[in-house]
Amino acid sequence: MSRNRLVRLVGALGLVGVIATYWLGLFVTPNAKLFGSLVRLLYIHPSMAWVAFVAYGMAFCSSLLYLWPRTRHARFDRLAGASAEVGVVFTGLTLVTGSIWGRTTWGVWWTWDPLLTTTALLFVLYLGYLALRRVPGDPEVVARRSAIAALIAFVDVPVVYFSVTWWRSLHQPPTVDLAGRHLYVHGIMAFTLFLSFVSFTLVYAWLTAHRYRLAALSEREEDEGLDLALEERRAEGVLA
Amino acid sequence: MWHDAFLVAGKDLRIELRSKVALNQVVPFAAVVILLFGLALGPNRAVLSPAAAGLFWVAVLLSSVLATQRSFAVEAADGARDGLRLSGLDPAGIFLGKAAAVAGELIVLEALLSVGVAVLYGLELTGALVLIATCLAATVGLAAVGVTYGAIASGLRIKETLLPLLFLPVAAPVLLGATKAWDEALTGRPGAGAGWLGLLVVFAVIYVAVGIVAFGPLLEEA
Repeated sequence: MSRNRLVRLVGALGLVGVIATYWLGLFVTPNAKLFGSLVRLLYIHPSMAWVAFVAYGMAFCSSLLYLWPRTRHARFDRLAGASAEVGVVFTGLTLVTGSIWGRTTWGVWWTWDPLLTTTALLFVLYLGYLALRRVPGDPEVVARRSAIAALIAFVDVPVVYFSVTWWRSLHQPPTVDLAGRHLYVHGIMAFTLFLSFVSFTLVYAWLTAHRYRLAALSEREEDEGLDLALEERRAEGVLA
Repeated sequence: MWHDAFLVAGKDLRIELRSKVALNQVVPFAAVVILLFGLALGPNRAVLSPAAAGLFWVAVLLSSVLATQRSFAVEAADGARDGLRLSGLDPAGIFLGKAAAVAGELIVLEALLSVGVAVLYGLELTGALVLIATCLAATVGLAAVGVTYGAIASGLRIKETLLPLLFLPVAAPVLLGATKAWDEALTGRPGAGAGWLGLLVVFAVIYVAVGIVAFGPLLEEA
């Protein structure tokens, strides 16, 4: 199977999966005793967070491969950038859906819970990484520095999580009860949850593949654009 | 490595002593920041004094962005960066030297700023030992992160706006730890502050180690 067809297949499967998750999540699964209809957020929120995590892990691994002299290739740089970009989108979605959950269960849009605070810091951390990638300059220099920044960002995640957890656990008990993180799921609910993880992961793969291809094409356009323009100019000269 | 670090730190501090940019610009900037906090929160000491530790460390964090930018602006002029690469100094030594110079400047800044905070926000500086130890540990961490990101942003065309965005989120745990340690010491619980101090030392070690590893690849490029 050619690469294009594989990407298309992944995209189609992801789309079918998301539609099925939507249908199961909204119409088939029952309300939860404690959370009512709100439990349906369970079918998108954790899988979005999972995808963000996978995306950053992928960005970390490809940055490592890029920095390693033997495996240094522009494709790892492109993959890291594509994956981190999708990761930032899903981190944003995680924050939004988490906020909706918070507003309806705890009555507040935001609480300084360790997980939330870490996610918010992660969001700005990788926004910085993406900003660094877009800086004009020698592509190799920018790629190498971005790779180093991606490694530091990834190393920083546990540091941030640990410090924020400690910060919240001392002296200031959380103002809102964070019940609901250990929800008991079973049967059709568990299946829908599982399906959402699979289909969101497929959507991640599809988006990353397209973003990767776009990056490769725009690099090629930059490389060949000038040559093409020069050739056209020369051709004009020959005609005249 | 240590010898190289001494050379680079000495060079950077000598430049600062002669040009006095840190003294004439960064210290006044920090003073402006704590004045602005006072204006934003109002003259009520009951509001200002519990927030003092956090405000102090935010001011330090913002100033350390400037100190880092200055540290690499020095290398940008007259091809100094190439000179540094040609000098044959160990990259880890260069990193440690530059970080030590930035840390030295920040320590002086913190000493001046803490007096300012004490006066303006009506604070009694109790638990001096924990306060000073916190300053030392937090500053090492800040300087290490700052210099690493300073090197990442240096020489790029839009570095001025990029550095704060890269640096501040990574420095957030240091802000958290330092603020809590100061809070505990100022409210008469230096024992609880010591726990945060330990955390700051761990951060400092992690960030210094990352900087030592990352600086070689950052310098070797064209």
